Amino acid sequence: MDRRQALKLTSVALGGSVIGAELFLAGCKGNTTESVLFSEEVIALLDEVGETILPETEGSPGAKSANIGLFMKDMVTDCYSVKEQPIFMKGIHTLNNTAIDQFSSGFLELSPEERLGLLLEFDKEAQSRDDDETPHFFTMMKQLTILGYFTSEPGATQALRYNPTPGKFIGCIPYKKGDKAWA
Amino acid sequence: MKNESDVFDAIVIGSGISGGWAAKELCEQGLKTLVLERGRQVEHNKDYPTANMHPWEFKYRGGMSRDFNEKNPLITRAAGFGADTAHFFVEDKDHPYVQEKPFDWIRGYQVGGRSIIWGRACQRWSEYEFKAPNKYGYGIEWPIGYNDIAPWYSHVEKFIGVCGNEDGIEAMPDGEFLPPFGFNCVEQHMQDKMKEHFPDRHLVHARWAHLTEPKEIHLEQGRGKCQARNLCMRGCPFGGYFSSVSTTLPWAKKTGNLTLRPFSVVHSIIYDEKTGKASGVKVIDTNTKEEIIFKARIIFLNASALNSNLILLNSRSDRFPHGLGNDNGLLGKYICFHIYRGSADGRMEGFDNKYFFGRNPSEPILANFRNLKELEMDFKGGYTTFCGAYRNRKGSVDANSAQLGADFKHALSEPGDWYIYMYMQGETIPKKENRVYLSKDQTDQWGIPLLVTDVDYDENDDKMVADFIEQAEDMLEKIGCTEILSRDNKQPPGLDIHEMGGVRMGKNPNDSLLNEWNQMHLCKNVFVTDGACMTSTGNQSPSILYMALTARAATYAAEEFKKGTL
Repeated sequence: MDRRQALKLTSVALGGSVIGAELFLAGCKGNTTESVLFSEEVIALLDEVGETILPETEGSPGAKSANIGLFMKDMVTDCYSVKEQPIFMKGIHTLNNTAIDQFSSGFLELSPEERLGLLLEFDKEAQSRDDDETPHFFTMMKQLTILGYFTSEPGATQALRYNPTPGKFIGCIPYKKGDKAWA
Repeated sequence: MKNESDVFDAIVIGSGISGGWAAKELCEQGLKTLVLERGRQVEHNKDYPTANMHPWEFKYRGGMSRDFNEKNPLITRAAGFGADTAHFFVEDKDHPYVQEKPFDWIRGYQVGGRSIIWGRACQRWSEYEFKAPNKYGYGIEWPIGYNDIAPWYSHVEKFIGVCGNEDGIEAMPDGEFLPPFGFNCVEQHMQDKMKEHFPDRHLVHARWAHLTEPKEIHLEQGRGKCQARNLCMRGCPFGGYFSSVSTTLPWAKKTGNLTLRPFSVVHSIIYDEKTGKASGVKVIDTNTKEEIIFKARIIFLNASALNSNLILLNSRSDRFPHGLGNDNGLLGKYICFHIYRGSADGRMEGFDNKYFFGRNPSEPILANFRNLKELEMDFKGGYTTFCGAYRNRKGSVDANSAQLGADFKHALSEPGDWYIYMYMQGETIPKKENRVYLSKDQTDQWGIPLLVTDVDYDENDDKMVADFIEQAEDMLEKIGCTEILSRDNKQPPGLDIHEMGGVRMGKNPNDSLLNEWNQMHLCKNVFVTDGACMTSTGNQSPSILYMALTARAATYAAEEFKKGTL
């Protein structure tokens, strides 16, 4: 039990919990499964949302390479509570409709710069909300992207350093700014 | 009902951490031994389906689905439970029990029991812990002391492999250690600062059941060096940590004296009035529902603390209408546990240029410093503190940095700040009111009465938690932490997974159930050597004491068996 305790403390120390993560530990209060529909178009849109949050950079691919849209679908469908699911689903429409209002075309048709600009607005809106009861849809998308990407094969092995079998533990070694974290 | 014609010399009920040791010792002594396990078979390596899985191979990256969580509010709270270990825990619906007061009973029903998913901390008890309950009036006298058990600690440590440093501290005697895992840079700082500010508080290296440098005996067991993966609870393909499945059971099997029978729920122990001893056990095959009687001259009860209570309470006869050996009415009483409610953490600056290699599967230990040599606090008992420092991938960026995009990704790809944490493992007072008993009207799927738990914290526990929190905050501050946070999570008892007592050892048959050899006072061929036997809880992680008590009792039982007295 000792390590688990440490993990719990870690999530506390990192500030705020991952939405849905409390389910892993405490179980969920919801009691019905709402059917959540993710079309191919929605998954393609979520892939691009993820790619905008964590894009391809030198040395590592972006969140799209981690099939982040499908990961969001699985998490929202299977792990989110029935209260959280509609927030996420409505968010997809809000996001796309805002793109149409501002640029007269859907999110998928925007340039990378336009996508980033749009998502930064939602991020600002999400970060200014301090109501834990009803999280902002963009907080959900951002958290799922970060969780899904850094635990994916491309994320863990290319953006981070993944060593499944270290072979030994060395407690204290130098670190220089820019070195990647262990996955 | 079927009577099994094979007569065994010994039956061991349960294949977990203590049952595995009973099997090993009895088989090595030449006794034909039957090990009964209520759950399924688990074989080393063959039945570790997740052992080599990568994070991305778990659909929800470690968590479970909402549906599973909703159906399993109990088991999903357990330490170590996750998508990678779920198959080593029972599901809530399969194994009901009745909670008179909230009590989280965490179970792992399979060959190897919870030894597959245990925490692996292996500190020795000190003589102070054996003596304190009687000395300070919160318990009866243990029938043994440190000197009785010390050689058996050595016996167990050498066989299972325990890493640690020889520190020469009184609260936690040294053992037969393999080299310790090193501190990380911040943990070294913690130890230095503790020495400076709290010379009487000893922060030392983990004493953990890992093969940091395997010896000949471990290689003979087919085990190898710990690879610092820290994925232990999935089962270790290298045999890097100790479990019954990797070590004691295969060892027992090699003697040719072991018969292991999974899917065998023990209903009761059968008492023979003519001989004044137990003649065997009644088993229900969980697949066929068939009732079978197995006979033997010695019975070791290692079903895990509360299930051992349940089996004895359900072993009713004309001679013992209230449960086997229960003339004094104390069976099922004095249930105790460890307090894990208090924890604290803080951020540590100044080590940005330090990192580590590999994943340490263990944690530094801060030895008990309360009520050690005298009763000095307004509460009784002591606490051990587990602690450590960690540096994870950066979780968030500050407000002035890029919040999305390439720079954001780069920032999150680097390590974040260092944090230090501490949490307590506190002694509880054995009390008659904390008890388990059998339900009068509810039974499980095999017709065995459900266990009722009536166990709670008391004022002593609350005072201890408050003291721990105050001390932890103070120590973190002296170590140099900022942003110190502390909490009393008020978790129900049981979630510690250190349930103990109910069949306690003692000198006097009037106030205990077992003698100094873990032998029932009133039924000499029944030995109880799991957590149920505990007279008090001490503040050390208990598993290695169960193993040492089991090895000691099994050696005694085999000698008596050979003399013909059992």
